[in-house]
Amino acid sequence: MRRGLFNKAGVNARLIFRRDRWRLLFWILGIFLLTVVVAFAYTELVPTQHERMVMAETMRNPAVTAMFGPGFGLDDYNYGAIMGHQMLLFTALIVAIMFILMVARHTPGDEENGRIELIRSLPVGRLSNLSATILVCSGACLVLTLLIGLGLYATGIEGLDLEGSLYYGLVLGATGFFFTAATALMAQLAESSRGTMGFSFGLLGFSYLIRAIGDVGTEALSWLSPLGWVIRSEVYVNNYFWPIGLTLGGGLLLVGLAFYLHTLRDLEAGFIPTRSGRKTASPFLQGPLGLGLRLQRTTIIAWIVGLFVLGASYGSVLGDLETYLESMELIQVMLIDVEGFSLTEQFLPMLMSVIAIIATIPVLLLTLKIRGEEDKNRTEHFLARAVSRSRVMGSFLLLAIVVMIGVLLFGVFGLYSAGAAVMEEPISLNTMLKSLLVYAPAVLAMIGLGVLIIGFAPRRTGLAWLYLGYSFFVVYLGEMLQLPDWMARLSPFGHIPRYPLEEIVFSTLIIITLIAGGLMALGFWGYNRRDIYG
Amino acid sequence: MKVIATSKLTKFFGKTRALNGVDLEVKQGEVFGYIGPNGAGKTTTIRILLGILQANEGQAQLLGQDAWQDAVGIHRQVAYVPGEVNLWPDLTGGEVIDLFVKLRGTNNSSRREEMIERFDLDPSKKCGTYSKGNRQKVALVAAFSSDADLYILDEPSAGLDPLMEKEFHECVGEVKQQGKTVFLSSHILSEVEKLCDKVSIIRQGEIIESGSLKDLRHLTRTEMLIETRKPVHGLEDFKGVHNVQQKDLEYSFQVDSEELGRVIQHLGQFEVIKLESAPPKLEDIFMRYYRGSGAEE
Ligand SMILES: Nc1ncnc2c1ncn2[C@@H]1O[C@H](COP(=O)(O)OP(=O)(O)OP(=O)(O)O)[C@@H](O)[C@H]1O
Ligand SMILES: [Mg+2]
Repeated sequence: MRRGLFNKAGVNARLIFRRDRWRLLFWILGIFLLTVVVAFAYTELVPTQHERMVMAETMRNPAVTAMFGPGFGLDDYNYGAIMGHQMLLFTALIVAIMFILMVARHTPGDEENGRIELIRSLPVGRLSNLSATILVCSGACLVLTLLIGLGLYATGIEGLDLEGSLYYGLVLGATGFFFTAATALMAQLAESSRGTMGFSFGLLGFSYLIRAIGDVGTEALSWLSPLGWVIRSEVYVNNYFWPIGLTLGGGLLLVGLAFYLHTLRDLEAGFIPTRSGRKTASPFLQGPLGLGLRLQRTTIIAWIVGLFVLGASYGSVLGDLETYLESMELIQVMLIDVEGFSLTEQFLPMLMSVIAIIATIPVLLLTLKIRGEEDKNRTEHFLARAVSRSRVMGSFLLLAIVVMIGVLLFGVFGLYSAGAAVMEEPISLNTMLKSLLVYAPAVLAMIGLGVLIIGFAPRRTGLAWLYLGYSFFVVYLGEMLQLPDWMARLSPFGHIPRYPLEEIVFSTLIIITLIAGGLMALGFWGYNRRDIYG
Repeated sequence: MKVIATSKLTKFFGKTRALNGVDLEVKQGEVFGYIGPNGAGKTTTIRILLGILQANEGQAQLLGQDAWQDAVGIHRQVAYVPGEVNLWPDLTGGEVIDLFVKLRGTNNSSRREEMIERFDLDPSKKCGTYSKGNRQKVALVAAFSSDADLYILDEPSAGLDPLMEKEFHECVGEVKQQGKTVFLSSHILSEVEKLCDKVSIIRQGEIIESGSLKDLRHLTRTEMLIETRKPVHGLEDFKGVHNVQQKDLEYSFQVDSEELGRVIQHLGQFEVIKLESAPPKLEDIFMRYYRGSGAEE
């Protein structure tokens, strides 16, 4: 019986591996290179013990804790402690994203495309596909653990000892396994690969937020978050194993649960039941725009709420930051190099750039949605009827732009309302609005890129995500790592004036907007003349 | 009036040539059957007719307008049922039908309820819970409840049960009565035989035969069974006679239709006491063409 369920899992795993070997290689190597490059970057950035201690001082502040987790080893802030504190959580996030995408691609994704049905009609066990996916992903976690562990040790950088490096790798591997398991479970709950990704990314975002709030204030909250666990192994400094054990154990539990639910569940149906619905279309469902809105309303609402919460959680840190900064004269000296701005205002542009980039995710999702529809053979329903290609594309684009405005505004409202509640001298709403809305042209440029890709290289939508990931990297870590300026300038986000520290340069914003418009126009042109595949 | 006219349609997907010089002509009021083995290029042709794909060479005109340039205008008069109906899992069948009718621009859904009844569809169910046949029905209901001049149907009865298939045949009959034109791609030969006035057969992207069913029958062989008093000789060597099998004085063989007269004359000498002939079946035509050298799958 047991054997029957897992029958041919090995064959299936080989198939998955074959289909994904390049994807896996790309991800693992990418993460590996990022880690090693950053490790070397720190040796350039803070070469002396004195500079590292100054850095350690800046780490004792709540905004940094919210971003990186609580500091450890600050008394002897060597490269090991720096990597373990500043890089590990960020890398763990990337690893989690990698495995969410991998699992969502294979479990519900393949089911939707009818591939599983084909495979399951052969003598293949019921759990074979799920277990094969988990098997391949676990293998990838192991490779990642060893590669990063040994790689960091091999850099020979002072402070990166063998044990700590292996723990560093192990934390990443364990996180990967946990999110593999969590996504496998989500795949049983949701009906579609989009739903699975939505749930899983929701879980990831929630874990990050809970951890941020917990690390700054109530530590108990951090214990609810798998991301809160991983940083508590304090790699290179204390090398605690139990947080890793907890992550792995939690992962195993989730795998078991996923298997159990999977045996209960029908193919292609989730546990969240479908009700019977309306017999006729509502007046809103008149065309592609109404349909786009209807299909994605849950996603849109979820992201708007999400951005509000993100803004609010950053906002709630602002109060702590204010008190903290005032109590630390040393840092005041370090930070006040811009006249006339409060210390918290100086943190604003950094927060805003992160919020803006995160807000780009739903916007890009909506822009690229039309491509997913084409993959599922559903754009022909429009094009075979009296709907022009421009109207189809235009509807999805309009929706993306409206949602962009929505998520940006709600991000600001969250930040402002929480900030105003906790700060003695709140930053004005006006300043906050301006400092976030200046990013709108950059988001538009990302939309433009999405439209261009749909018009000319419909199979390459991954490029848009890659570019967004790059933007996140240079904005989030660029300043800390003191990356060269041109690297940030390769991203539209790097051109945005950092209001209120810098004046708003309207000519820059207009140029970026015009470029965005140009990209969109090109994309429309391409979409109007290319073959549509379904 | 020509409702569909293509000349020398050629379509490449990368290096593979999916269509090679396809000429089609469908007149007003005809039910036109488009048949061919898997991967022959039927769906590709239909997508070009609908302006979803662009032909690399050749022209396609629908209702006197260019299929690619004037797609939107043409589609106001066209109802289409795709070969594989993929719907949005979260929408109900009823919502999708309404949406489809709206998307055609002409707001005529007077026959919606009637069609839903005839195809026995529950419009309150989510599309994600529909079977393949039910999804097909959604597309059929949307197509036949709209008032189109041209119906383009890509294997529309795949997945339908016999009762629904009959209903579908009646729908085609009705629109034909009203003088509408139907372009029907199909694998089901009995369906084509029953519904279509004219057919074109496509294989590996090339039209290998076109004409009315009557014309095509001429291309096939009649099955003959005879019994004679005298042994028959010379039958094997006769032009147009195939597969001769003999059992005592009973002979069974096939005759090319155009040679039939001369064969009968020849047989007269041997005192025929029994003669049975089976009419040529459309199926034989297909088999002959489908099995042509190098056919796919
Ligand atoms: N998007 C595409 N990319 C590459 N090749 C394609 C594409 N679409 C179709 N083809 C190829 O073109 C040929 C014709 O395919 P088409 O779908 O038109 O066949 P069909 O006659 O409709 O077959 P079926 O009866 O199976 O529906 C096939 O060889 C197919 O592999
Ligand atoms: Mg087809």
